[in-house]
Amino acid sequence: MRLRSTPAEEAFRSELREWLGVHLAQLPAHPAADDWPAQREYDTAWQRQLFDAAYAGMAWPKAYGGRESTANEELIFLEETERAGAPYIGCNFVGTLHAGPTIAAEGTAEQKERHLRPILRGDHVWCQGFSEPEAGSDLASLRTRAVRDGDHYVVTGQKIWTSHAHVADYCEMLVRTDPDSKHGGISWLIMPMDSPGIELRPLRTLTGVSEFNEMFLDEVRIPVENLVGAENDGWRVAMVTFSFERGTAFVSELLGSMVMARDLAEVAKAMGAWDDQSIRRDLAIVVAELESLWAYTKRNISTAAKTGTTGVGGSIFKLGYHDARLHLADVTTRVLARHGLALDDLGTLSRFDHVERSLYALSLSIAAGTSQIQRNIVGERLLGLPKERAWT
Amino acid sequence: MDLTLDDGQLALQEELRRFLTNEMTPERRRAMSAEPGGVDRAFWLRLAEMGVFSLTLSEAAGGVGLGIDDATIVFEELGRALVPGPLVATFLAAGFVDGAADGTIVVGAVDRGPEDLVVEHLEALDRILWSGDPATVTDVPRGRLITRPLDPTTPVSHVRATDIGPGDTVDPALRDGLLRHASLLVAAFQVGLAQAAVDLATDYAKSRQQFGRAIGSFQALKHLLADAAAATDIARAGVHAAAVAINEHDDADVEPVARLDVLAAGARIVASRAAHVAATTCIQVHGGMGYTWEVEAHLLLKRSMVLDQSLGGIASAERTVEESL
Ligand SMILES: Cc1cc2nc3c(=O)[nH]c(=O)nc-3n(C[C@H](O)[C@H](O)[C@H](O)COP(=O)(O)OP(=O)(O)OC[C@H]3O[C@@H](n4cnc5c(N)ncnc54)[C@H](O)[C@@H]3O)c2cc1C
Repeated sequence: MRLRSTPAEEAFRSELREWLGVHLAQLPAHPAADDWPAQREYDTAWQRQLFDAAYAGMAWPKAYGGRESTANEELIFLEETERAGAPYIGCNFVGTLHAGPTIAAEGTAEQKERHLRPILRGDHVWCQGFSEPEAGSDLASLRTRAVRDGDHYVVTGQKIWTSHAHVADYCEMLVRTDPDSKHGGISWLIMPMDSPGIELRPLRTLTGVSEFNEMFLDEVRIPVENLVGAENDGWRVAMVTFSFERGTAFVSELLGSMVMARDLAEVAKAMGAWDDQSIRRDLAIVVAELESLWAYTKRNISTAAKTGTTGVGGSIFKLGYHDARLHLADVTTRVLARHGLALDDLGTLSRFDHVERSLYALSLSIAAGTSQIQRNIVGERLLGLPKERAWT
Repeated sequence: MDLTLDDGQLALQEELRRFLTNEMTPERRRAMSAEPGGVDRAFWLRLAEMGVFSLTLSEAAGGVGLGIDDATIVFEELGRALVPGPLVATFLAAGFVDGAADGTIVVGAVDRGPEDLVVEHLEALDRILWSGDPATVTDVPRGRLITRPLDPTTPVSHVRATDIGPGDTVDPALRDGLLRHASLLVAAFQVGLAQAAVDLATDYAKSRQQFGRAIGSFQALKHLLADAAAATDIARAGVHAAAVAINEHDDADVEPVARLDVLAAGARIVASRAAHVAATTCIQVHGGMGYTWEVEAHLLLKRSMVLDQSLGGIASAERTVEESL
C-alpha cells in the first residue's frame, strides 16, 4: 500500500495548482441559490475554461476531447479543485459523468460526434429522465411509453425528480418500448429538451430550492436515430453506465464536508459552544469518520483501477457517508442552537450555509439508490445473504 | 496512491489466517484462559516465530523489516481470531526489551493513573511498560487477581501504583512513535473483532431458519449486517491509510507529525465504534443464543471493551482529534 504520488502525478498537481491560481482569481461571483439560468451560465462557463485547458473529462477518452487520465490523476484534479474552492460540477453532472460516458461506450458514430465534445465544452447541459412517479427503487417498472411511428418514437408518460431539466438541452431517458417484458422492454433515448410536448413543473426540495421537476411528456416525437444501443436493450445500456464508476464520484463532496466540519469547530469557538465537552467530542468523532471515509474513497479508487470496478464499495461508501453527514448535521444543530432557525445569516462567522447543508444531507440516503437498496446490495452481494423474496 | 493490499501483504494475511484458523480454536482459547494470566507461553513462542512481535524490527535487529501497515494486517488477523494476551504491549517492547521479540518474555502495558490500578494478564507478565512521561520498563508488581473479569479471556488484577518500581527509562525519542503505533494496532485489532462478528453473524443468518426461511433473508437483519459490514470495511481503510501515512513519514516528512497522531487516533475511534456495532449486531442476529456464554459473540464485544480502556482509554483518542480542531 502506498499513499504517495508519483513524480508525474506531482508534476500534474503543481501545473494544475498554478492554473487554478490564475483562473479562480477571475471567477465571477456565485449566483443566487435558486437562480437556475445564472447557475447554468456559471457552471458551463467554468466547464468551458476546464475544456480549453484540457482539464475537462479527466476520465474521458482522448478521442472525444477527454484527458484519459489515470484515476489517481483524476483524484488529484478533484482534490486540488476542491481545495482551491473551484466551482462544483453543478449542472454538468449528468452530461459529463453519465450521459456522455454512456454515449461514448454505446452510441453511434453520429451520436458521439454530435454530443460528446459539446458536453465537455459546456455547450450542452443534460438531465436524467429515469425515475417516474410509479418507478423509483423499482426503476425497471417504468411505464413511459415510446411507440414507433415511421422514423420517430412517440413518447408519452411522466418522469419525476428530473434535476436541472429546466436548464437542460438534452435528456437521457429510459422509456418502455415493450410492455410485455420488464427489463427487456426498456430503451435508452436522447430527448432534445426543446421538443414540442414536454411540460416541466418545478418541484421544491425541502431546502427550499427548485432543483428538480416533474416532466410530463405528451406525444413527444424523438427521431429513431436518437436511440442509444438497440431497441429494448436500454436496461443494459443504463447498467453499463453505472459500471464506469471509478470511485471518484463523491470526492469533491467529501472533501467539502471535511472542510465544513473544521469550519463548524471555528463557528463553535466563536459562539461559545466549544466549551461544551459533548459537542467537542461528537465533532471529533465526525471528523474521524470523515477521515476514514476519505481513506475508503482512496481504496475504492485503487480497487477500481486494479479490477475495473469498485464492487460494493460504492454502496458501502454511500451508507457511511450519509451516516457521517447525519452526525455532522446533529452537531451543527447543537452548535448553532437558535441561530440554526435561520437558513442563512451566520454572517461573517462562516463561509458555509451549515443549516442548508444539514438539510441537504437528508437526500444522501434517497438519491441514486436509497440506503435500503444499498443495504440489500451489501447484504446480498458482499455477505451472500438470501433475497427476502424473488424480486421481478 | 494504492490502498489495496499488495501481493506480499496478501500472502502475509493468508499465512497468518491459516495458522490462526488451525491453532486458535474456541477450545484452545478456553484452555488458555485457564493458564496463569491467561497466556499460553508455548503459543506465545509460536506467535513470535511467525514474526508477530518482530515484524517491524530491522533485519539487523532480528526482525522482519516490514512496515507498520503490514503490522496492522497482522493485528487485524489476531483480532479476528480473538487471540488473548498483551499483544500490543509486547510488540511495542520488542524494540527495547530483550526477549520480547522472540516471545520468551511477555510484556504488559500499564497506564499511569490513580493509585488503584486494574492490570490485564498480570500473572503472565515478565515486564511492565509503564506509560507516562518518561515511560519506563519495570518489574511486575504483585497484585490481587479479580475472580470475575469482564472478559473471560482477559484476566485482570488489582495493583497499587505505589507497588510499581521506577524501572528503566524508555528513550523519550521513541515515546510518541510508540503511542502512535499502539493506537493503530489497537485499531487494527478492533477491525479484526468487527470482522469476526460480521462473519459469525452472517454464517448464522444463512443457516438459522424461522418462518420457513433463512433469517438472513429478512431485511431487518440483512440491513443490520450490511451496516456492520460497511462500518468494518470503512474502519479498515482508515487504519490502513493512517498506517501508510506513518510509514511514508518515516521515509520522508510528508505529513506533519501531529497530523499522524490525529490519523491514528481517528482510526482508533472509528474502529472501536465498528467493533461495537458489529459485536452487538452479532448478538442480536443470534437471538437467545447470542445472549449465551457459548456463542463467542460476547467475547468479541468484551474484548473490544477491554481495548477501549487501553492507552489512556478511547476518550484520549477523542481528545487528540478534538485538539486538532
Ligand atoms: C435530490 C434528488 C435528485 C434526484 N435527481 C434525479 C434525476 O435527476 N433523475 C432521475 O431520474 N431521478 C432522480 N432522483 C430520484 C431518485 O433516484 C429516486 O428518488 C430514488 O431512486 C428512490 O425512488 P423513489 O423516490 O420513488 O422512492 P421509493 O422507491 O418509492 O422508495 C420509498 C421508500 O421505500 C423503500 N424501498 C423501496 N424498495 C425497497 C426494497 N426493495 N427494500 C427495502 N426498502 C425499499 C425506499 O428505501 C424508501 O425508503 C433524485 C432524487 C433526489 C432525492
